[in-house]
Amino acid sequence: MSVEPQATEAAPSENGGPLVDIEHLKVFFPIKQGFIVDREVARVHAVNDVTLSISEGETVGLVGESGCGKTTMSRAIMRLIDATDGHLRFHGEDITSAGRKQLEPLRREMQMVFQDPFASLNPRKRVVQIIGQPLRLHGTPRDKVEDRVRELLTLVGLAPEHLNRYPHEFSGGQRQRIGVARALALEPRLIVLDEPVSALDVSVQAQIINLLDDLQDEFRLTYMFVAHDLSVVRHVSDRIAVMYLGKLMELSPSEELYTKPIHPYTFALLSAIPIPDPEENRSRERIVVSGEPPNPIDPPSGCVFHPRCPRATGICREVEPPLARYPNGHLAACHHPLNVSAEEIKGAVKDPASPLSAGDELPSASEADSSASSA
Amino acid sequence: MSVGPAPSGDPILTVEELHVSFATEEGVVQAVDGVSLELQPGEVLAVVGESGSGKSVTAMTVMGLTRSPNARFEGTAHYKGTELIDAPEDQLRQIRGAEIAMIFQDPMTSLNPVMKIGDQIVEQIQEHEALPDQQARERAIELLEKVGIPRARERIDNYPFEFSGGMRQRVMIALALSCNPSVLIADEPTTALDVTIQAQILLRMRELRDETGAGIILVTHDLGVVADIADRIAVMYAGRIVEHGTLDEIFYDPQHPYTWGLLGSIARVDRPRPERLPAIAGLPPSLSDRPSGCHFRPRCPHEFAKCVEVPPLEARLEGNPEHRDRCWLTPEQKKQLREVRPGEIGLAAKSTGADAA
Repeated sequence: MSVEPQATEAAPSENGGPLVDIEHLKVFFPIKQGFIVDREVARVHAVNDVTLSISEGETVGLVGESGCGKTTMSRAIMRLIDATDGHLRFHGEDITSAGRKQLEPLRREMQMVFQDPFASLNPRKRVVQIIGQPLRLHGTPRDKVEDRVRELLTLVGLAPEHLNRYPHEFSGGQRQRIGVARALALEPRLIVLDEPVSALDVSVQAQIINLLDDLQDEFRLTYMFVAHDLSVVRHVSDRIAVMYLGKLMELSPSEELYTKPIHPYTFALLSAIPIPDPEENRSRERIVVSGEPPNPIDPPSGCVFHPRCPRATGICREVEPPLARYPNGHLAACHHPLNVSAEEIKGAVKDPASPLSAGDELPSASEADSSASSA
Repeated sequence: MSVGPAPSGDPILTVEELHVSFATEEGVVQAVDGVSLELQPGEVLAVVGESGSGKSVTAMTVMGLTRSPNARFEGTAHYKGTELIDAPEDQLRQIRGAEIAMIFQDPMTSLNPVMKIGDQIVEQIQEHEALPDQQARERAIELLEKVGIPRARERIDNYPFEFSGGMRQRVMIALALSCNPSVLIADEPTTALDVTIQAQILLRMRELRDETGAGIILVTHDLGVVADIADRIAVMYAGRIVEHGTLDEIFYDPQHPYTWGLLGSIARVDRPRPERLPAIAGLPPSLSDRPSGCHFRPRCPHEFAKCVEVPPLEARLEGNPEHRDRCWLTPEQKKQLREVRPGEIGLAAKSTGADAA
C-alpha cells in the first residue's frame, strides 16, 4: 500500500498554524465522599496527558472503546468540560481557561453534532426554531432567520418546506441532517462529530457520511470525528488517533492505521471487527483480547494496555512508553511495536507529544518485524 | 471453519406465514407480513434488516411477547409439535425460558436491578425444574463460569450494577442457557457492546452452540457479525423476507436488489476508502402506509411495470431450492444489473469510483 507521505501529521496547513492545538491535556473527574464536608477520595483519569493538533480542513478520527476518554476529550475541546491541566489553543488563542465573554465569539466557530438524533433535538420546537436558535443568539436579524434556515435545509438534503415540522415527524437519518444543519448555521470552522452515525441504519449511515464529505469540501470544514466504529472512521478520516484509558496509543495517517497498525491495541481492535465477507473472515488472523478495560480511577502502571496485551513484558509494567515518531509521521506508544522494520525503528524519535510521565526509551532494534516492508 | 447448515432432518422450529399487525392511532401497522422460517438444531439463522423491518417483532412473537389487545396474529409457529401463536399463556410459560430462551439487546435494562444475579438465575432454574436451592446455586455458578465470568463463586452475589456491559450480557447468556434450551433467540446480542467484547461474546456463543447443539436465531443489522457466525440468512424488508439463502449465497450471489444495496452500503474496515460510499437512496417505508407491490420498489433503480404485483418468495436459481427471493427480475438480468466485484456489490450499475487495488 503506497501511502503518499503527505505533509507529515502535525504540519501546519497552508494558511498558518493548526486550528486546534491540544497540549498535554488532562481531564480528571474527582470522586467525592464525606459527611458534611466532601473530600476528594479518588480521581477518574478520563483524559490523561494527550497532545494532538488538528489542521484546518482536516478530518481527525478519534477512536477507542467506551470509557477511553474520547467523548470527554471532544467536550474539553468544545470547552464544555474544563481541563484539569494542559493547554488548549483554538487558532493560536489559548482558551484553556477562557471565560464566557472570551469564548462567545469562538462559539460560532466550533460546533457539535451529537450521537442520538432523538435526544439532541428539542421535541417541542419546530425545525425553524431549532436551526434558527444559534442564528438568533448570534445576532441574525429576525426576518433573515427563516430564509437562512430554508437555505440550510436544502444544503443538508431536506425539503425547505419542512421548516415548520417537529422533530418527531422525521426519521433518524433526517433528524441527524437537522443536527448537521444546526451545526452549520453559523458557518463554523470546526465541527466535532460525536458518533454521528452510530444510531443510524447502515444504508442511512452511508447517506450521512457522504453528506458530511460534501459539506467539508464545500465549506472547507475541519472535522473531529469521534466514533467507536473503525470501519466508518476509515472512510472519513485523514488521520486517526486511537485512545485507550485516557491515553493516546497511536496516531497515524488514516490508511496506514489499517494496513500497518503499530500498536498491539490497535491491532486487537481491528481484528475484533467482524468483516462482512465470510471468506475473508474465515481466513484472516485474529486475536481476541481477553478481559475488559481496567478502571480509570486507578490505571495500571507503565503502559496502560499491559494487563490485556499479548506482547507485554517486564518493561511494559514499569515504564510508560513514549510516543515514538516513526519516519513516515506515524506515532505509537509501545515498547514492542508491530509491523515496523529495523530502519524504521532506527529512524524513530521520541515525539514531543509523549506524555510527560513517559520514559525515554524507544523500542530496540530487536523489535523489528522482518516481514514488515517499509512501504 | 465453515459449519454448514445441518440439514439433518426435522427443523426444531417452523414459522409459517406469520402476520402480525398492531392497531395504532395512525392506522394499522403491518409489522410482519407473511414470514416463513425454519430453524434446524445446531444452526445459526441470521435475520437481518434495518430498523422497522419486522425482525424483532418476528422473534418476539414466537416467544409470545408481542401479545397485547391491539395486536393481531395470523399464521403458525411450531416448536416440537406445540403451536406457539395461540398457545395459552400457561403453556407458553413452560416453554419460554426452558425450551426457547431469549437474549435481549440491552443488557443494561434486561436484568432485574434489585436482585442479585445469582438469585435471578436460580429463580429461572427453579421455575422449570424442582431443584433444591443449593444445587440450583451450584448450577448457576457453573453457568457463569461457562460464559466466562471470572471468580463466579464470589460474583454470583453481586447486583447487576456491579457488572460492566459485557459482563451483564454474559449474565444474560447464562440466564438464557440455564435450562438448556433447544432454541436460543438472540436479538442484537452484541449491539450495545464494544468490539473487543463483542468478539469475546460471539466466540462464546459459537462454542455453546457447538456444545449444546441448540439452534440460534440471531436478529441483527450488523452484517459483519452475520458473516462471522451465521449459517443461513433471511433478509427482511418492511415486514417481509425478501431473500433467503446460505451465508455464502447471500454474500456472494445475492439476488434481491435490496440485498445488493445493503451489502454495498457497508463501510468496510478492510478496504481502502472509496470516493463515496454507495448508499441506498430514500428511506424505508412507514409500516402503516407501505407502497403497493414490492415494498422496495420506490428505492429500487431497477423497478419496472411488474413490480406493483407482489412476487412470492421462491427459488429461481436452478438446482438450488433453498436460495429464494422476492424479485421479478430474472436471474440473468440480475447477473447483469448487480455489480459484483470481489467483495463489492453495489445497487446501481455504475462504477463506484477509482479505488486502487
